[in-house]
Amino acid sequence: MDIVVSVKTNLDLQMIRIKNREPVLEAIPYKTGDLDKNAVEAALQLRDAVGESKVIVLTVAESNRKVRETIKEVLAMGADEAVLIVDPALESTDQAGVARTLAAALQKIGSYDLVLFGEGSSDDYSGQVGPRVAELLGVPQIGYARQITAGGAGVLVERSMDEYIETLEAPLPAVLTVVSEINEPRIPSLMNIMKAGKKPTEEWSLADLGLDPAAVASSCETLSNLAEEQDRKHIMLEGGAAEQAAGLVNALLKEGIVGR
Amino acid sequence: MADILVYSEKQDAALELAFKGKELGAALGMGLSAAAFGPSAADSAGALGAHGVDRVFVSEDPALEGLGVDVVAEALAQVACEAGATMVLIASTRRGKELAPRLAQKLGAGCVTDVSSLVLTDGSVVASRYAFGGNTVARENLTTESKVFAVMPKTFEIAAPVAGAGAVVQAALSLQPSAAKVVSRRPKDGDAVNLDAAERIVGVGRGFAKRDDLGLGEELAAALGAELACTKGLSDFGWLGEDRIVGLSGAKTKPDFYLAVGVSGQIQHTVGISSAKLIAAINTDKDAPIFQLADYGIVGNLYEVLPALVEKLKAL
Ligand SMILES: Cc1cc2nc3c(=O)[nH]c(=O)nc-3n(C[C@H](O)[C@H](O)[C@H](O)COP(=O)(O)OP(=O)(O)OC[C@H]3O[C@@H](n4cnc5c(N)ncnc54)[C@H](O)[C@@H]3O)c2cc1C
Ligand SMILES: Cc1cc2nc3c(=O)[nH]c(=O)nc-3n(C[C@H](O)[C@H](O)[C@H](O)COP(=O)(O)OP(=O)(O)OC[C@H]3O[C@@H](n4cnc5c(N)ncnc54)[C@H](O)[C@@H]3O)c2cc1C
Repeated sequence: MDIVVSVKTNLDLQMIRIKNREPVLEAIPYKTGDLDKNAVEAALQLRDAVGESKVIVLTVAESNRKVRETIKEVLAMGADEAVLIVDPALESTDQAGVARTLAAALQKIGSYDLVLFGEGSSDDYSGQVGPRVAELLGVPQIGYARQITAGGAGVLVERSMDEYIETLEAPLPAVLTVVSEINEPRIPSLMNIMKAGKKPTEEWSLADLGLDPAAVASSCETLSNLAEEQDRKHIMLEGGAAEQAAGLVNALLKEGIVGR
Repeated sequence: MADILVYSEKQDAALELAFKGKELGAALGMGLSAAAFGPSAADSAGALGAHGVDRVFVSEDPALEGLGVDVVAEALAQVACEAGATMVLIASTRRGKELAPRLAQKLGAGCVTDVSSLVLTDGSVVASRYAFGGNTVARENLTTESKVFAVMPKTFEIAAPVAGAGAVVQAALSLQPSAAKVVSRRPKDGDAVNLDAAERIVGVGRGFAKRDDLGLGEELAAALGAELACTKGLSDFGWLGEDRIVGLSGAKTKPDFYLAVGVSGQIQHTVGISSAKLIAAINTDKDAPIFQLADYGIVGNLYEVLPALVEKLKAL
């Protein structure tokens, strides 16, 4: 089985500082998408369960510097090959552009049985890329997978919806998106990190995929992107536990939360 | 005249969208259509028609059974074409959130998901959504002719029913059954809780060392008349159900009071509490980010502070 995992490199959001409501993005490190690592882990487990399978990781970015560590990390986790689509025109694309690029790359790769995504990226979390790729490829999609079993000519997926757990069966090829509860991604060993650099890695530009920059131009204009204003009192209640508890209860009385 | 088309598999959510669709349509000179699929389509059509929708396109095509996302997307694309709709509003439930981009791709449309407000600005509909993991709110303007917005449920109210009914149109659809078959479906475990409507919430996090210790949080919630909620970190342990998660992938709450106990305050959690009127936090770490959002902060051990709090509250 040929499994392709689509992996995004995100800003490390824990490191973002807000200054005058503006996010300060300078010198923020990148990190591999959290759910994307769950998707890689799911692919590795499927590969090992099915046998005679291959896991290819696929990523799209405006520069290869941005994705270098991500690719190293997922190859060290155990993916077999990597394909990078790198082009400066991707600097200002949107979800539709990323999806079009991924779909074209999948067509060039040629053989894919399962294409795995995160249910949302760790920064924008729009959840658009997987479903858009499924539509472009004209294949079934199953979102929010929490368990994946390969069998027969297809795949059996248990997924987590708002109010119920649903099990679906789909023929291959299929697009799946995963939720975090599906597994605990493995942490690569030092040895595997050393070996990761030697795994086959391809790098293609948009031209290599037959796409011109206009094909990935964004149709989503961001008018502003500011932190919400929060006006909080920041009153720290001092003393021992009993004193602090009394302080909070008094505050709640004063605010009209209790004792009404 | 172009139309706005609203759809959700959940009737209440569809009515919320109809409320906003009506308002936007009036301002933009657009009509309002809705789609309703499956065995309950006729009922939904009645409700939508009574809430200001001009035309409700219904279909009970057997291919729509199970609401496979590929089929629903195709059905909506065909309805959009029949209705002449250039703007589609969908509720951002899990189902809606995977449907909206697939539909958008069919329509060649731009799409914004998890929309928290739709505002008409200089003749364009501007959608707000959290970006950078919740650190910021981005205001997005789609430049495509067709637009798809997936809006968070409970963003808009439901209007009172109006006199007169919309027209019910049998949609002329040509559909193939979904490639993905539903094998089974079972309700999620755990008692249902509605955090969206809660007035007071005690949110518990991984500061609790053992599952059994959550009893302390429950006691405090009872004393405050509050619902118990949690972080994703805690729910991932399996200690509380997913429907109690607050944050980016859980409920976006608007209570009068939120008390965070043993919660670090990562942004993915705090986006779900930032609309609370009053926030208090109890955490052993004085540098925990939750304190930046707190009106009242207690640097302390929850195992000491909670029993004291319960005692004081009970004495009121
Ligand atoms: C103000 C602003 C500026 C931006 N600037 C840039 C920029 O300079 N460069 C840039 O790349 N993006 C930029 N973007 C974001 C870009 O539009 C989206 O990140 C991109 O379209 C993916 O969408 P998403 O993060 O919502 O992915 P989702 O649809 O939420 O992602 C779901 C899954 O799709 C897959 N996936 C998503 N993106 C990729 C990818 N790139 N490669 C491989 N797999 C992927 C992953 O499996 C992921 O888990 C910007 C966005 C904003 C709001
Ligand atoms: C895509 C994505 C979506 C996410 N969505 C959500 C979401 O919707 N909701 C959500 O909550 N998270 C979400 N997360 C996870 C989030 O990033 C954090 O991991 C999570 O919120 C942390 O949970 P926590 O505060 O319980 O745990 P921790 O971060 O481990 O914090 C525990 C806190 O307890 C304190 N503590 C320890 N002992 C005590 C004691 N005895 N008394 C008092 N305090 C004590 C510690 O100082 C610490 O601050 C998401 C993550 C991603 C990547």
